[in-house]
Amino acid sequence: MQLQYKSQAVAKPYFIAAIGLFVGQILFGLILGLQYVVGDLLFPAIPFNIARMVHTNLLIVWLLFGFMGAAYYLVPEEAETELHSPLLAHLMFWIFLVAGALTIVGYLMVPYASLADMTGNNILATMGREFLEQPLLTKIGIVVVALAFLYNIGMTILKGRKTALSLILLTGLVGLAVLFLFAFYNPANLVKDKYFWWWVVHLWVEGVWELIMAAILGFVLLKITGVDREVIEKWLYVIITMALVTGIIGTGHHYYWIGAPGYWQWWGGIFSAMEPLPFFAMTVFCFNMVNRRRREHPNKAATLWALGTGVMAFLGAGVWGFLHTLAPVNYYTHGTQITAAHGHLAFFGAYVMVVLTIISYAMPMLRGREANPERAQVLEMWAFWLMTVSMVFITLFLTGAGILQVWLQRVIPDPQEFMVVQDQLALFYWLRWIAGAVFSTGLVVYLYSFFAKDKPQTAEVGAAQPAAS
Amino acid sequence: MSAFFTKSMARNIFYGGTLFTLLLFLALTFHTTWRLPERDHRENLTAEVVRGKHLWETRNCIGCHTLLGEGAYFAPELGNVYPRRGAEFIKIWIKYRPREGVPGRRSMPQFDFTDQQLDDIVAFLKWTSEINTEKWPPNIKG
Ligand code: HEM
Ligand code: HEM
Ligand SMILES: [Fe+2]
Repeated sequence: MQLQYKSQAVAKPYFIAAIGLFVGQILFGLILGLQYVVGDLLFPAIPFNIARMVHTNLLIVWLLFGFMGAAYYLVPEEAETELHSPLLAHLMFWIFLVAGALTIVGYLMVPYASLADMTGNNILATMGREFLEQPLLTKIGIVVVALAFLYNIGMTILKGRKTALSLILLTGLVGLAVLFLFAFYNPANLVKDKYFWWWVVHLWVEGVWELIMAAILGFVLLKITGVDREVIEKWLYVIITMALVTGIIGTGHHYYWIGAPGYWQWWGGIFSAMEPLPFFAMTVFCFNMVNRRRREHPNKAATLWALGTGVMAFLGAGVWGFLHTLAPVNYYTHGTQITAAHGHLAFFGAYVMVVLTIISYAMPMLRGREANPERAQVLEMWAFWLMTVSMVFITLFLTGAGILQVWLQRVIPDPQEFMVVQDQLALFYWLRWIAGAVFSTGLVVYLYSFFAKDKPQTAEVGAAQPAAS
Repeated sequence: MSAFFTKSMARNIFYGGTLFTLLLFLALTFHTTWRLPERDHRENLTAEVVRGKHLWETRNCIGCHTLLGEGAYFAPELGNVYPRRGAEFIKIWIKYRPREGVPGRRSMPQFDFTDQQLDDIVAFLKWTSEINTEKWPPNIKG
């Protein structure tokens, strides 16, 4: 089994780095989860805010590694030509990895205020806002890497076949880079700051990232099921139309209580209430394509990941998002554990799982085989279930905590202090941590599956399969 | 999907629909920007408030607290801490955080703020509490 284009191989280090950083993210998730109940754990060496930054920034960075790896893998195949510059891709890989690692080391070793002083935050203050905590230098690094990456991918598409699938991916990636520029806009006026902060955060996950996700899913389904490209690409357009038509004005569900005019309760509420539609369409799309498959692809694990993404993204983003998106509900749930519950299931179900889907499909190819040996696949599928089910439990426990929190702190006639309420939620936080430990076990099984060997494959399995078309 | 509905129709709907909602969103944003001054009281954005926001950011307060409901959920909402506690309480609270934390409890770092910095952060929190938030949070506990 050979790669169709040998420059696709540059995807491999991107995927490996993604998985490595994923492990780091989860380790810090476990620390955070413990700090919720053992408040002074690791204090003052690693205060909660620092650990949280590491957890969320690693998440974003490894997903970006995953997206870039996905693009480097699928664009040459779609464009039917070698990547414009594999060298540039390798170079950017190392720049991004080193910049990311230095940033994390900076968070952990240097007090945040000193880090800000050392890295030019006094020239242009961009730090200290949720998810955008990176030093100015790191942010600039991200822009440089993104530009070089887009240039590389863009040139490849330009000189080769232009499929709808790769154009949708490219649109999503360009959108990602352009919207990130709002990370450099930090006005002294908090209301304006918050208003445009969401143009990065919301317009990413409920906008352009959905294009990237749809394209990756479409590619994997195309390869695995052998369904007609026309059908798949038509679906993709329907999905991304729904995504952007609902998601752009849906940004308004974050404008209810931050100082923007009250009419956003209507605009944001109505449009964001329709945001589950594209996620539902993705679920239907996944199952539909697999049911109409024209071939039996030997990579069962990748099929499972693709279907899982469809279901879990709908649950996390669609169902858990809808739960608290209408203004009268959000008035009570805003900024509680309900938000955390949704954040976890949505990020996991949509973006973590779609990256693991493309890794599951592409990694065997990158290692010179169409699919992994049977035992490796079985282990990978165990990892799928362990991680997915435990993430559902994390979500359920946080939702339980959130309902109680809202009740005690915001609903009852004699509402209680924040910390008084938190103490009463300890049981839920312990249960969440146990679910997190199971998640970590799943992750270990996942890592192990890459090294699992098999008794020699039966000859006819390999021979009976037509080559991917 | 049937043959009546072709890929190029789907593509055109995508371009048209996206462009339309994008323009609508920009128009709403434009209108919001125009209406904001009466809601955020920017005439009160003094140098103190601006410095306070800078302190808020460079100490990464948002990594534990929410501010107008956004941030982390580990520590109390601070958008309305000014009316809840008052200036003196806030300053004393920040000033006397034990360096090694509170045994067994969620602990807030000691930031070694000067008196000027304490005034700045309070000014920022006071200004924030005066934003028109459509009566959020539901009660003073945040
Ligand atoms: C995969 C897609 C999505 C991801 C990754 C995601 C992730 C998140 C995250 C991380 C937050 C917390 C932001 C913060 O820290 O303040 C959040 C908030 C929110 N999300 Fe989503 N989300 C997604 C889709 C949706 C959808 C489709 C809806 C609506 C149907 C939705 C509704 C909301 C609402 C209302 C909030 C604000 C919660 C609050 O008031 O505290 N999300 N989302
Ligand atoms: C792939 C798996 C995971 C993903 C995608 C993920 C994602 C996130 C995100 C997006 C946030 C920000 C939350 C928000 O603003 O709403 C967050 C915070 C957090 N995560 Fe995770 N996480 C994962 C696994 C874990 C695990 C296994 C644990 C621990 C058991 C954990 C514990 C936490 C904690 C305690 C916070 C802080 C919540 C707060 O601010 O109060 N996470 N995570
Ligand atoms: Fe949103």
